[in-house]
Amino acid sequence: MNKYETVFILTPVLSDDQMKETVEKFKSVLTDNGCTIENEENWGLRKLAYPIENKNTGFYTLIEFEGEPTIVNKLETAYRRDEKVIRFLTFRLDKYAAEYAIKRRAVRKAKQEERAAQEAAAQEAAPAQEAPAVEEAPAAEA
Amino acid sequence: MAQEQMRPNNQGEIRYLTPLSVDNRKKKYCRFKRSGIKYIDYKDPEFLKKFLNEQGRILPRRITGTSLKFQRRVAKAIKRARHLALLPYVTDLMK
Repeated sequence: MNKYETVFILTPVLSDDQMKETVEKFKSVLTDNGCTIENEENWGLRKLAYPIENKNTGFYTLIEFEGEPTIVNKLETAYRRDEKVIRFLTFRLDKYAAEYAIKRRAVRKAKQEERAAQEAAAQEAAPAQEAPAVEEAPAAEA
Repeated sequence: MAQEQMRPNNQGEIRYLTPLSVDNRKKKYCRFKRSGIKYIDYKDPEFLKKFLNEQGRILPRRITGTSLKFQRRVAKAIKRARHLALLPYVTDLMK
């Protein structure tokens, strides 16, 4: 079992639902082949540094997973068959990269929590009549 | 003349503005060794830009002072970032 990291870029013409569906599809390719998904990050719509297939933006998704080496070929075949994917990269994490990935995850989580806390604080400051309904939402997300 | 003024690599020029003395020159060092960075992340294009010139080419280690081991890793990270369109392959006036 090795640790891998994969990033793929989806075309910007997709709707939000279509995008999520596609991400789920690739995740199921991984899980169906006996991989464990360790981390998933959605970077959202980003500007590309140069045009790919005449497109200047794309949805980036990063997935870290652990699995057998044979999975990489299967995953990349799936990428190639799907024309919604405009670019992808998969590689094995060495021990330093794995350490870094764990640290990065912790940092991102802390930042997210901080942001959630800030939002909650902002909502508490908002008018009291709105408060009961909105305050529950961030708690559920966290 | 005009070409020389436009040269992106102004590090060398700064060196010549100060009185030239071989002994006085600052010793180059590898920033990764010094600060204990073991893995260079391709996902951080802002950091990787430190190792590129204005055309987006990788700077040689005789300029950045990076050790051979980390120059290889920097190069790899930059190439990954380029593949994912986080960094351009060629450009003008990046900085």
